[in-house]
Amino acid sequence: MTNPVVSCGFVPLVDAAPLIIAKELGFAAQEGINLELHAQPSWSALRDKLAFGAIDAAHMLAPLPIAMSLGLSGYKTRIDVLSVLSMNGNSIGVSNALFERIQFSDVNDAEGAGKAVIAAANGKQLRIGVPFPFSTHSELVIYWMEALGQSRGESFVLRTFPPAKMSEAIQADEIDLFCVGEPWGNYAVQSGSAKLLIVGNAIWSFAPEKVLAARHEWIEANPALTASLMRAVWRAARWIASPENLLTLPDILAREEYVGTAPELIERALTGQLRIEAQGPSMTVPRFVEFFEGAATFPWRSQALWLAHRMASRWGVDVDTASETARASFRTDLYRANLSAVGAVIPGASEKIEGAIHAPKTVAAERGELLLHPDSFFDRTEFDPSKPIIA
Amino acid sequence: MPRTLRIAVLEKDRERALMIVDGLREQGDYDVVVFGDETGLARKLANANPDVVLIDLENPNRDMLEEMALASSPLERPVAMFTDSSNEELTRAAIEAGVSAYVVDGLQKDRIKPIIDAAIARFHMVTRMRTELATTRAALKERKTIDRAKGILMSARKCDEAEAYKILRKAAMDQGKKVGDVAAALVASAELLR
Repeated sequence: MTNPVVSCGFVPLVDAAPLIIAKELGFAAQEGINLELHAQPSWSALRDKLAFGAIDAAHMLAPLPIAMSLGLSGYKTRIDVLSVLSMNGNSIGVSNALFERIQFSDVNDAEGAGKAVIAAANGKQLRIGVPFPFSTHSELVIYWMEALGQSRGESFVLRTFPPAKMSEAIQADEIDLFCVGEPWGNYAVQSGSAKLLIVGNAIWSFAPEKVLAARHEWIEANPALTASLMRAVWRAARWIASPENLLTLPDILAREEYVGTAPELIERALTGQLRIEAQGPSMTVPRFVEFFEGAATFPWRSQALWLAHRMASRWGVDVDTASETARASFRTDLYRANLSAVGAVIPGASEKIEGAIHAPKTVAAERGELLLHPDSFFDRTEFDPSKPIIA
Repeated sequence: MPRTLRIAVLEKDRERALMIVDGLREQGDYDVVVFGDETGLARKLANANPDVVLIDLENPNRDMLEEMALASSPLERPVAMFTDSSNEELTRAAIEAGVSAYVVDGLQKDRIKPIIDAAIARFHMVTRMRTELATTRAALKERKTIDRAKGILMSARKCDEAEAYKILRKAAMDQGKKVGDVAAALVASAELLR
């Protein structure tokens, strides 16, 4: 008997790794599913195909399922998040011209870098490239700029470019800065079109980046397939986290049907080996991208709520409606039900105060303990989902 | 009488663009503009000020349009991706045909529907033609490969064309492969021996 098909869309990026590994290393087959992966040309194409059932599940920008459920992006469809595929992984790059004027070299100092850029702009509007309006990239740069007293539409604007075109866009002076994921951050620096200013972690040190999403209706109708998919992807993330597998991982991801760039570029992203400029020295950024450790795969409702609050104030949605939608979308219930049997360490709570952990911290899990990574915001504010403050 | 609607078609391939334009003009009196090049797209679209924008669902530049659809400056006209919640079938049909449409706010539904219908029909036609072309090309290529394989066999085994084809067909049957695949393998090996 052949395994039932689960068709899953993805955008060719390094952080689609858990899905690619789930298929290539046979974790999906072990769970009795035939995981079909379909590369998508844009986030909007991926979104529309998921909304209309052309695909069952998707590698998706963390804020997008909430935006879709609220009807802010595309056809209003209830989309649920089954787990988090990756944390962090973004770089903020600046044009060579802007870099000349700031000469900033601490990729972990978001405050210093932000102030330097604002001063160098000297009142001129900063144009910041992001891959999609509803993305962690957008949320990070807006948070960063607003916390430094800037206002969107006035002192800075966001411009959308496909990630693979970000390097070209900054070279052509269509933008002054960008926030992009891998391999395109490294690519822009290596090709000489931009300089690395800071890493995304410098703004929010443990930010949800991509999630495993599916239509609510599909999940309800296919509980067994949903559980198999979640387990396969979780096992793949655990495989990725084993250092010995770093030897083969870049080559698998580099294949033409997946990311389609040089494995060396992908390896740099996976190991956090970054450079400020093409010929400069390499440095190691811890947790530049994280697929597994620190409960990375757990879809914290507090992360959903933070995203929902930020989006609600911007797009004129009632905060309570947005919160309720976000909370329902991040399926901690399914995570607990489907992943405890395979050995996932499950947090005791489903919400935490975002931005309150400044050093690795051990917390209670359903069984035993769990090590959480720092999740600070650069301005040291905290977001307590039980006491919401409108940003 | 309402003014003529302006439709922007974003399509790189000139022939496809023309087919879509023809389809729209057959449907009604529209002012259609085509943009083949994505550089400075935002500015070009702002200048053209269209009522409807049509773009291939698979176009990698679509996300740039999403941003324009969200632009909230008072000088810009609100645009939304075409999704008709009262007519999910039409939206679904458009997605399945591979067309996405962006429509200015406030445009009456009865004026949009014929445009979407025409676009869906043309996109289906373009897709069909593309598939047919690809199939024809593949068949032609396979025939050429088989001809070359036959030539190699005729000179190596000193036989005629009919005999050479029989050898290929038998090998294909024995190996459980297609004649074209056996021929391709033979041609590839022969090149190594040259």
